[in-house]
Amino acid sequence: MATKGKVVGIIANLVIVEADGPVSQNEICFIKMPGVDLMAEVIKIIGKKAYTQVFESTRGLKVGTNVEFMSHMLEVTLGPGILSRNYDGLQNDLDKMDGVFLKRGDYTAPLNEDAEWEFTPMAQAGDKVEAGSWLGEVLEGWMPHKIMVPFKFEGNYTVKSVVAKGTYKTKDVIGVVTDEKGNDIEVTMMQKWPVKVPIKAYRDKPRPFKIMETGVRTMDTLNPLAEGGTGFVPGPFGAGKTVLQHAVSQQADADMIIVTACGERANEVVEIFTEFPELDDPRTGRKLMERTTIICNTSNMPVAAREASVYTGMTIAEYYRAMGLKILLLADSTSRWAQALREMSNRMEELPGPDAFPMDLPAIISNFYARAGFVYLNQLKKDSKEPESGSITFLGTVSPAGGNLKEPVTESTKKAARCFYALNQDRADSKRYPAIDPIDSYSKYLEYPEIQEYLKKTISEDWVDNVTKVKDYLLRGKEASEQINILGDDGVPIDYHLRYWKAEVIDFVILQQDAFDDIDKSTSFARQKFMLDQVLAVYNTEFKFDSFEEVNPYFKGIINTFKQMNYAEYESDKFKEYLKEIETKINERKAV
Amino acid sequence: METTAFQKIYTKITQITKATCSLKASGIGYEEIATVNGRLAQVVKIQGDDVTLQIFSGTEGIPTNAEVVFMGKAPSLKVGEELAGRFFNAYGEPIDGGPAVEGKEVEIGGPSVNPVRRKQPSDLIPTGIAGIDLNNTLVTGQKIPFFADPDQPFNQVMAEVALRAKADKIILGGMGLSNDDYLFFKNIFDNAGALDRIISFINTTEDPPVERLLVPDMALTTAEYFAHEKNEKVLVLLTDMTLYADALSIVSNRMDQIPSKDSMPGSLYSDLAKLYEKAVQFPDGGSITIIAVTTLSGGDITHAIPDNTGYITEGQLFLRRDTDISKVIIDPFRSLSRLKQLVIGKQTREDHPQVMNAAIRIFADAANAKTKLENGFDLNDYDERTLKFAKGYSNDLLAIDVNVDIDTMLDTGWRLFGEYFEKAEVGIKDELVEKYWPKK
Ligand SMILES: Nc1ncnc2c1ncn2[C@@H]1O[C@H](COP(=O)(O)OP(=O)(O)OP(=O)(O)O)[C@@H](O)[C@H]1O
Ligand SMILES: [Mg+2]
Repeated sequence: MATKGKVVGIIANLVIVEADGPVSQNEICFIKMPGVDLMAEVIKIIGKKAYTQVFESTRGLKVGTNVEFMSHMLEVTLGPGILSRNYDGLQNDLDKMDGVFLKRGDYTAPLNEDAEWEFTPMAQAGDKVEAGSWLGEVLEGWMPHKIMVPFKFEGNYTVKSVVAKGTYKTKDVIGVVTDEKGNDIEVTMMQKWPVKVPIKAYRDKPRPFKIMETGVRTMDTLNPLAEGGTGFVPGPFGAGKTVLQHAVSQQADADMIIVTACGERANEVVEIFTEFPELDDPRTGRKLMERTTIICNTSNMPVAAREASVYTGMTIAEYYRAMGLKILLLADSTSRWAQALREMSNRMEELPGPDAFPMDLPAIISNFYARAGFVYLNQLKKDSKEPESGSITFLGTVSPAGGNLKEPVTESTKKAARCFYALNQDRADSKRYPAIDPIDSYSKYLEYPEIQEYLKKTISEDWVDNVTKVKDYLLRGKEASEQINILGDDGVPIDYHLRYWKAEVIDFVILQQDAFDDIDKSTSFARQKFMLDQVLAVYNTEFKFDSFEEVNPYFKGIINTFKQMNYAEYESDKFKEYLKEIETKINERKAV
Repeated sequence: METTAFQKIYTKITQITKATCSLKASGIGYEEIATVNGRLAQVVKIQGDDVTLQIFSGTEGIPTNAEVVFMGKAPSLKVGEELAGRFFNAYGEPIDGGPAVEGKEVEIGGPSVNPVRRKQPSDLIPTGIAGIDLNNTLVTGQKIPFFADPDQPFNQVMAEVALRAKADKIILGGMGLSNDDYLFFKNIFDNAGALDRIISFINTTEDPPVERLLVPDMALTTAEYFAHEKNEKVLVLLTDMTLYADALSIVSNRMDQIPSKDSMPGSLYSDLAKLYEKAVQFPDGGSITIIAVTTLSGGDITHAIPDNTGYITEGQLFLRRDTDISKVIIDPFRSLSRLKQLVIGKQTREDHPQVMNAAIRIFADAANAKTKLENGFDLNDYDERTLKFAKGYSNDLLAIDVNVDIDTMLDTGWRLFGEYFEKAEVGIKDELVEKYWPKK
């Protein structure tokens, strides 16, 4: 008998329900208003009273309304048909809803149950399998989508049968597995999983050892994000978090991108809806939408569903990772999720932590970031003892109140994420985009010996050393500029001006990148290496100047030519012309 | 609001605070409205049969035996073509002496637009003001506030923008508006012969502050009617949203909620986002554009109100007095229109993005030069030229009294580059420099 209850209290979207039977923490229930059912999640239980957060507006709700508990937590539905969909934070398919306005209690199916999928078996009778083992695959668009033993299956199983190659629907039985006690269990192409529980159907999770190419120079060159790694982008409003995420979502070297719009602007998601079906994926030539799934819970959508949205995104990422894919998960902005937690915690009159956020915020954030990672799967490669692998790389944004990084969400995230891309207001103000501060930002991955090895092998032997040098040069440039500001242009040796301007060359040519220029917006690693070499060549040149007044116009000229180069197709005739021009300019001023 | 026969009247109030009162009642819906001795109130909390009401005009003088009548519905407004040209208070009652409006009754603060049904904003709104059109181009369906200190002429600029924007309807939501400003808006719209396109919901400084909380929802519900049902281009002006947020904090403090930064409620972001996100481009051509005012205190944009606003809106227009030219300018550093990318260089001339960025970069160099000067250092030749450029740029482009078309703004930009700089110094793509650099 399912537990039932009655509403006894309402404070905004916190609804208190008196239950007539057992209730579990995080259980889902439906509040049966006349004509609409409102979905809610239990977040606290005291005696018979279940405190629930409702995923909808509670306008018009009355005390005494019936409630039905569902005996399961908030779940997503996993199966073929998730790719390229636009979901809300609770995985309702937004395209399936009628009308221009969202209707309260309008829950739509995440998968299309009538769709037919061309299934090819991969396992056969007698195979030993466990949760996450691949039984077969269907083609989801271009993507080989693995049909797996459901993650909820604990222990070891033996395949009893798998259906023959053919067309099936998501709810059709495609195989039968037998558990250790001899029970036969049917498997379909569809399964459910509670979003707040990590999917652990993998063998192990090594430290990341590869780089995820994003095409954004100041990230890739200076502070690379590892495949399976985590990073975050804090920055005041308007500093460029969303533009950066969109750039990464278009260019990153991943099989699938999951974009979670968490409590941000609807127009920003509309931009993706509008542009991704048209834009080409530079690596495959397919449309970007073909590798993207969007979870969209914008700021005007229900607050509790906002909190759910990041978990929905992560669970879908884990599902696809288990198929051996390279997933990039983006969330903009994780601060909105933290604020959703704060709103609820305040309504429940919990003892507040710093800035009125819940006390356990750091733990919630680090548990979430811990779900990313590179994993070796239980599944072995075909005819091999090597395990298959998959990864989730996670990049979140943080919107610190007042742009001050000493606030709970930024501080908690800093402990959890390995890359820190701090957006700097001054850089944004002077339009030095992307405004990632080259000195404060870091990638811990650069310190990993396995990553250093990887960079040396895939880019060049001297790459890591060069990157370290560049960082030093930037710092020296900053120091020189401070000195010049304190002592005046003619109060310092010319050398200071040179140091400052050489660092400006690095800034303008490597760090700054026009996200809206067709060519400049994405730079391959090969090109990044080439440009870094050119810039270092300038840096290492001994120049001769008679007065500091000559330094500024000279370097402005160099920077200008380099910028033209950035706007030109790599290795094109124009590109080479500009390169020549730079050589000539260097020779003009070279000290002999 | 009249009482109908079957409504039950309660007369036993159990608790009264500055903004709320509580009583025992049953069968009450959340967010339902009621009257307490004739004052409008709304249900904000129900616990068993204890119902807490927020009284918009305050609880001064409310006795424990006040008459409480529940209306069985959320706050609503009657919408129809007849709204055009009318002035209302925060409750949607006429204040212009005209008759009550007949029309379809809709609840205010209704549902949001399904994001997949939105269209990408794409129509440029020309204003003639270069600080806006050149550097911070506006687009229909956008939401953007003026950030300004209280002594700056934000209402004037906003009214100017509204009149030049060629909107089908202009809806003014005035919160804590001084009587003078109210009359200013009335006059300027009247003089422009635009009164029949204007609908106003006004809460003045003389009205109780908590009443303001209804104003944006009234204005936006009206906007939705004209934009969605009549496919019109609607411009909503909300001034001053800082006073709206102050009213939110009054209510939450009086309800003993734990305040977060700057004694604002923890839900400030969501509360403001719900309003601003009503800005939309509908699929059938109608649109809602929101231009708001957020007054600052001493230019501080890190205060919770401007800070949360900045995180929600699609940019902000920052007004600042430029003492070099003795005029108010639209500050190119702190101002931003995030939707400009959708139109600049596409609906405007190809050189627009690069001219815009190059000029702002030089303006930043000029600011550095100024700092140098203040610190007692000599300026080099480049510094001197940036300062001259900055003066021209400020006067001919950034000042709010500029009124020209966008091509002229771009030409002015090139003229200023040509006057003070070499081609290589402006850092613009060669092909554009070749095409537009002024011939000597
Ligand atoms: N790489 C870039 N190239 C050019 N312009 C940029 C770049 N990054 C940001 N901008 C400019 O800055 C504006 C704001 O950027 P964005 O929307 O990404 O800010 P944000 O940090 O996400 O702000 P919020 O926290 O309010 O969402 C953009 O609309 C664009 O005009
Ligand atoms: Mg953003």
